[in-house]
This record gives sequence, C-alpha cells and structure tokens, in this order.
Amino acid sequence: MYSHGSESLIKQAREIQDSELQKFYSRLVKLLQGKELGYETVDSLQRLHLILSANKYIRTLPPELQKRLQSLLSSPAEPFQVLSSAVLRETLPPAAHSGNYSQENIVQLNSHAVALLLSQAGSRADVSSLCTQLLRGLESRQSEGPTNSLSHTLPILNTILTHNPGCLTEDHVTLLSKKLVDWLRYASILQGGGASSGGFFTGPRSRQPVPIAELDGTVSGDFFTVLCVGQSFTEDQWMNVFSFSALRHWLLTYHSVSNGNADTAHRLQLSLSLSLSHSFSNDDRSEVDGSVVSMVSVTSSCGRLLPPKERLREKSFQYCQRLIEQSDRKAHKKSDADLQKACLVEAVCILDCVCEEDASLVFRAFPCIKALFGRLSSDLSFARVLLPIAQFYLNHGEMAAVDCGSVWALVFGRFPSELFSDPFLAHELLRFLRLNLESLQLRVPQYTHSFPNLLKFLAWDSPAVVDDFVDLLPSLVTAGTAVELLHTLLDLPCLSATLVLQVRSTCLPISEQSGRGLLSLDAFRSPSFRGLFLFLLRGQAGSGDTIDRLSTLHELLVETADWPRVVQCAQIVPVLLHIFFNTVITVADEKLLAHLILVMLERSSLLLNIPKYNKEIHRVFSSHLLRLCKLHPSLVMDQSHELLEFSGATANVYSKEEIYTHVVWVLGEYLSVSCDSRCSVTLITSCFEALEAVLFEITSSVPPPGADCPAPRVVTTLMSALAKLASRSHDLIPRVSLFLSKLRTVTRDGSVAWCSDEEDLVAIVTRGEELWSLLKAPGVAQSVLTPPAHVTTPQWHRDTNVALPLRLRTLTNLTHSH
Amino acid sequence: MVRCFLIHTVCPVSALGSGESRMLYCRVFGPDESLFTDQEREFSPEERRVLQREQTAVVARQVRSAASFSRAAAGRLLMEALPGEEALALQEADSGVLRLRAGDPFTEEMSALWLGVQSLGFTLVCEPHENLLLAEGTLRTLTRHCLEHLHLLGPGSEVLLRSDRIDALLSRLLPHGQLLFLNHRFAHSLEKEVAAYMTK
Repeated sequence: MYSHGSESLIKQAREIQDSELQKFYSRLVKLLQGKELGYETVDSLQRLHLILSANKYIRTLPPELQKRLQSLLSSPAEPFQVLSSAVLRETLPPAAHSGNYSQENIVQLNSHAVALLLSQAGSRADVSSLCTQLLRGLESRQSEGPTNSLSHTLPILNTILTHNPGCLTEDHVTLLSKKLVDWLRYASILQGGGASSGGFFTGPRSRQPVPIAELDGTVSGDFFTVLCVGQSFTEDQWMNVFSFSALRHWLLTYHSVSNGNADTAHRLQLSLSLSLSHSFSNDDRSEVDGSVVSMVSVTSSCGRLLPPKERLREKSFQYCQRLIEQSDRKAHKKSDADLQKACLVEAVCILDCVCEEDASLVFRAFPCIKALFGRLSSDLSFARVLLPIAQFYLNHGEMAAVDCGSVWALVFGRFPSELFSDPFLAHELLRFLRLNLESLQLRVPQYTHSFPNLLKFLAWDSPAVVDDFVDLLPSLVTAGTAVELLHTLLDLPCLSATLVLQVRSTCLPISEQSGRGLLSLDAFRSPSFRGLFLFLLRGQAGSGDTIDRLSTLHELLVETADWPRVVQCAQIVPVLLHIFFNTVITVADEKLLAHLILVMLERSSLLLNIPKYNKEIHRVFSSHLLRLCKLHPSLVMDQSHELLEFSGATANVYSKEEIYTHVVWVLGEYLSVSCDSRCSVTLITSCFEALEAVLFEITSSVPPPGADCPAPRVVTTLMSALAKLASRSHDLIPRVSLFLSKLRTVTRDGSVAWCSDEEDLVAIVTRGEELWSLLKAPGVAQSVLTPPAHVTTPQWHRDTNVALPLRLRTLTNLTHSH
Repeated sequence: MVRCFLIHTVCPVSALGSGESRMLYCRVFGPDESLFTDQEREFSPEERRVLQREQTAVVARQVRSAASFSRAAAGRLLMEALPGEEALALQEADSGVLRLRAGDPFTEEMSALWLGVQSLGFTLVCEPHENLLLAEGTLRTLTRHCLEHLHLLGPGSEVLLRSDRIDALLSRLLPHGQLLFLNHRFAHSLEKEVAAYMTK
C-alpha cells in the first residue's frame, strides 16, 4: 500500500534542483503550446502537482506557464480542468487577482475553476462578490452554461455561508428560498428520458413517460424526494437532491443574514409583495397545473400567501414528513437502507429546526416524531436516529406536555450499557450531553446518577472521549454522589478490563479455553465473583459507594494491567480526579470533605496494580489533601483519628511516601488550638508520640527488603512536624531536642543505613540543627512554627498596622514621580 | 459541510519520527477560514498555506494515534487484502471519530471521521453538527473508490501521481465539501461519470 517507492518519490519531488525544475517548466510550456494535448501533458502536469504539493512552502511558477495553466482551466477535456485547478491551487495567485471576482462570466466557469477561485480568495470582499455573481446566475431563468454548473451553485453557496452568512442580502434570501421551494416540492415525478441516447428518436415504448418509484419498488404516489428512484433523472430532480442536502444548513444560517431595512413589518410586506409579483410574472412552478397535491400537505395552510421564508419552512416540513414515511419501506439495497437512516436523522433535525422558528408547527410534528420513536425505540441499530429524536423531545417536549421518560431510559440506560463500543454513537451521545447540559440538569433528574453508565464510554475508548468528559465531569459531581463517584473514578481501569471481558465473553463460546486472559475471563464467568463485576457494570448510582471485596477484584484483574484499554484509561484518571476535586470543593460541606479525606487514605492502598498508576494517584491525592486542609484546617481535627493511624504505621513511609509526607505535614501544620478549638494537649501529645516512634524506627534501621531508603523529605517533614507540635506543648521540647542532638552525633560518622546520599544526609542534619536551635527559645519557636492568623494571611491595606506605611509609600511615589 | 478530506499513513514511516504521519493527499474545501476570523493582520497566501498544511498535519497525527490504539486494543492481526478484495478490506477497516476542539487545530470545533485500511488512513473533517451517519457513509464510499481506482491494494500505489482522479471523484461525490443524500440510482449515475473519467 505505502511503500519505499512512494517515499522516494516524495523525496525526489522535494529535493528537485532548481535547474532541473526550470527545464521541466520550459518542457511543459512547450507541451502546452502544442495543438493536441495528450498523455505526456497529463503525466507532466501530474508530476508538477506532486512537486508543488510536496513542499510546505509555496512556489511561484514562471509567468508564461502560469498563463497557460490559467487558460487550461476552461479546456473542454475535464482532466485538464482538474489538473490545472489542482496545480494552480498550490501556487501563488497572480498579482492582478481580485479582478477575477467581479467578472461577469463566473457562472460560465466549470466547477474546478470556481473551486480554484474559492480557495484563492484573499478577502471577505472577494468571497462576497463571488457569492453575488453566483446568485445572479441563479436568478436568470436560462442558465447559459452546461447543466452541471447550476447544480454546483448550491454547494458553493453553502460553503461560503458556513463562514460568512453576512454576504447575503435579504433579496438573496428571498430568491434562494423560492428556488429551494421549487426544487424541493415541485420537482418532476416522471423519470428522466434516456439521457445517454439523447435526441428525439426514441422508440415508441420509451416515449411513454414512466413515473418514479419508491425504494421498495412500488410506484411513487407523492412528490419527488431523495428516496425516490428512476432509471435516470431530470435536472430538477438533481436539484432536489442538492437542495435537500443543503437545506438544514440553509435553515440554520439564513437568520444571520444582514438586513438593510430596519422595520420587520415593512420587510414582511415587501417580501410578501415580492413573492406575489414573482408568482405572477415568472413561471412559478407551484402555479403550474398538474403540480402534485401532496398526501402530507392536507392540513397545511394555503402555501401561496406565505412569505418565501415561511413557505420554505412549510415545504421543508412536508418534505421531512414524507421522508419519515418513506423510511418505513423496506429498501432492496443495503446502501439505500443506510440512506434511509441518514434521511431520518436529517428529517428529524430539520423538523426540530423549523419548530424552533415557528412554535405552532410543534403540534403538527409531534405525532409524527412520537410514532417514529415508538417504531424505532426497541431496535438498537437505530440508536443514532434516536438521538436527534431525543433532542426534539428535549427542545419541544415540555410545550407538547409529552412524557419523555422512555427517551431518557434509552439515552442514559441502554445506549451506554449496550453500545459503549460504538465510537460514533459515543461521540454523538456525548456531544448531545455537552450541548444540552443545562437543560438536562433541569429536566432529567436521573442525569447525575447515570455516571456509572456514562463512564463506560470513557473506560472503553479513553483517548477518543476524554475531552468530552473533561467538559461533562463537573456537572456529574454532586454532594449526594460524590463519594461513589470518587470510588468509580479510581476503579475506572477495572471497569475498562471488565468491559473487555464482557465483550470477549460474548464472543468466545462458554466451553472454549480463553487463552490469553485466562484467569480473569474465568473469574468473570464464575458465579462466585459475579457480584463484583456486576457492581462495576451497574447503570445507576445509589446502590452503594463501593464493594467490600475490592481487593479480591483487583487480584482477579491483575493480569489485565497491560491491556491497551486499561493502560490508556489509567493514564487519564489523574486528570479526571483533579477536575473532581476542583469541583467538589464548591458543592461539598465540611462533613463530606472529611469523608473524602477518609476515602483518599483508604484507597491509597486499594488500587489496581498498574505500573505508575499508584504513584500518579498518590500524587493527586497529596496535592488535594493539602488544598482541602488549607481551605478548612478543622478537617484535620475532624479526621485526626484516621490521620494519626495512617501516620503511625511505619510501613506507609515506604509504600506510600508521597501521601505519608503530606499527611505528616498537615498534622504538623493544622493540629493546633488556633486552627480548631477542640484540639487538646492530649491529642497533640499522642500525635507527637506516634510520629516520634516512626521517626525513631526509620532512622535507626535498614529499610525493609525491597524498599528504598526513605526520601530526605520524609525525614525532614517528620522532624519539622515534631518541632511544630512541641512548640505548642512545651513539655515535648526536651524530647525533640534530645532526638535531634542524637541525630547529629550518629551522623557525624558519615554514612548511615537509612540514607544513601551524603548530600541528603547533610541537608537532614542541617535542618535538624536549625530546629534544635529554634526550640531553645520556646516563645520564638511558637511564633515561628505556629504563626497566628494575621501573620499568615496578611491584609495589607486593610490592616491598621500595615496600612499606614503602605499609604505613605504610595503617596511618596505618586508625588515624587518623574 | 466537510472542511477537508485527507489520505495519510497510519503505519510507521522510517523517514519520519514515531507517531508522525505522511500526508499523501490533502484537499481543503471552501475559502480559507482565516479570512473570516478577527485577526489583527491579514495572512498572506504563503502564510495561509503553511497554516493550512500544519492544521491538516495535526489532524493526521491524531488520527494515526487513534488508529494505532484501536488496532492495539482490538488485538487483531493486520491482514493484507489483495487487489480485487476492496470490499473485504473496507469491512475489516478500523474506524472512529475524533473531536477536535475549537482552536486545536481549526478555529472552530470540528469532528474528524476516519477509516484505517491497512497502512493508510482516510479522514473526513466536518462541522460537528453535520449528519455523521451520512458523512460516515460518504467516507466509506470515497475510500472504496480510492482503493479501486488508485489500485491501493496492490504493490504499486498511485495516490501521489494520480491525485487528479481523487479530485474528480470528490467533485462528483462531495462537491465543494457538500455531503449528498444519494440513493443507489443517483450514486450509480455519478459513479459512471467517475469511471468514465478514470479511463481518460
């Protein structure tokens, strides 16, 4: 497929020498001067295109060649049109360029030439004037160019509208709306004549006009749509296809059209008289006898008297209803069945759009949409059609007083739990959530409890949808579900593994040995562990924060730690945890925050064993523990028992160094009467003793087998914490001082078993000495180590003591400036 | 509307760093988006081109990464389809869709649909509110035609020197980036025109 040959071709094209290139140019000019342009010219043009496009930087062609290529754009042979357009797109436009955009003959240009103009447009003015020219061409009743040029007008206008709706005037909107109505609603319902034969001399049988057919073969009894077939098609039937293809975009953007007249009523009147005069003076197709009275338009208002925009809305409505009816037919070909689905999506979206503009249409649309929902809701292969229906319900359900419960059961229930592996559904469903977040939070009470289901999309394919969850996660964090959400996030890699097992389990027969992944798959299928996996696969929150046998689950899944989905999932969990904590502090009270600290301590040793995962999670926990305690220092008091227990276990120094350090730090910093009046001397003493014991242990023995020496930071943090606690309860000072001086003695020999680096040891000892000298003056130690609030949170100009010097300095600077 | 259609590598290329993708075909539709954003200064055509190249390169890299992950996760062996087995190659292809946030790399948010057929990726970047069912179908059809008319399954790939064929294909099935609702009869008619072009 992609070989060394292709690589070397690109290399040659990039590295072509200038002299060789000039020779190539002149050879090409000679070829283009010839009368007959043959295969060699085509080949050379293809090579030229490769040379020009191989580089990031643009080249300029010699003027003679540029001119020849420009004239080649209007060659009758399409390959030359295509090649010259492609080559010129890769070069700088000529100097006198903007003139091209106001030429009168733009309509005459073929599609490739216009594509070139569009890509080389240098300003908004160019694009606007191109737009105006095209619309002028549309307006003239006979198009002078070949048939195809008319059909490309709509796509080009559509692409210009994407960027710059303001280049249309109100008249343009009127014109285009009228044209679209004609093409959508009044296209011929007879099959096109044998176009290939051409001419009048057709046999007697083929003179009989044949009506168009539906996709299931029956003769069509209503107006022409994209789901109608025939042997060949007339021009207006082609325009029907192009019009419908551009319709939704047009309906969405024509609002942003610039409008000259300020008065709405005046405008309406103007467009009304315009449409009436048009219908009398032009051959408005709707006036022609024999136009089809549509089945679906029985209840519609008299179309003739509506202004063009409103008329287009009405006809779009009818078109969509017809499409919905046509999509129920059984198409003979698979590609047509797929098209029916796409048409359903488009039809529902357009109905949603027109109902937004004209609320009275809601009552006409709802029965149709509701029937469609009833027809499709049990078939998961139509899931992607059901999403636009859900959007319709969300937008208009309240007005029509319809119960949307079954819709949400699908969107938040069946879709995530059964279709999590469909990347397109995931993308569309998550986009639906993002766009309608406020609305959903208001109208769908089960939204915040559906995170176990929604997270399945993330667990399955985290790289593709993590961006969406970064946006959605804050809305899922509520006080009621925060704890369960935290547990779920921490076990997301487990969910990943479980989903893979679920998929594998359905693929492999029950009797077959599962090869790779043997133990975990057997565990997944075994009844005794079923409950564990079922908990992970639950759809709604509220049945429990987590399970008791979490460690069992982790053991069962230990071999999944290198599966790609699990690994990727583990990488994004820290990001989500940051978002979780940042959000939860805004919705949680202190009691909940205290509970979360507890969860952090518990879970720090209860995580699936993936390389680096534990470390990353510990780091996130540490930073947020710090933050929480800083915001609410009394949390330390609330959870003092657990924090003490954690810090008293020496094993934690080695296995959870990061968290341990931070726990010790917060204890030292916030376990004081100034932070929380409940703090007692007894508590300070017991904390002191716990920390002291650990410090003794780690500085007097070799680390346990398999563990590294404790980081210097742990030792210094312990020492500082002890000093801080001692400064609050002066009886403890002698004990600290004794330890610190002993430390100095022991380390004087040089190396110790618990510290491998000499520099580190020096740092530790230095800190010890600083603390020791500080503690010699208890009063000073107290104000340094336990500073009162007004020192740690200065108020600057608000503080009477500090304000005066500041004011004086400011005045001095102002009066003495320059 | 479709913003661009790309064909690029999704396999390792020796001349490039890991994770990089070689762009083999790149067609951007419509006027340059930088004309319509409020910039302090207007870009020159050279700058616009470089910017466009860089934007599409970013997309190709992201698709490469997504395709690699999808293949690693599926754990299937990459089977080499032979010429004539285009339909099979398409069936076996990995597919997915990426969300491209506003600013990264296009000014507005976009969705990138991709198909990975052996060592090549076929990517369609379109506006997020676009009918993705239709876009997916169109992408598959375009890919099938590219595989057939450029003989991509054989040893001699012609995507670099026959890019005009892709241009002609796009001008029929995706004119100026417009997705079309084509039933099999309309599609047949257009495919006849395309086939006629290929023989010229």
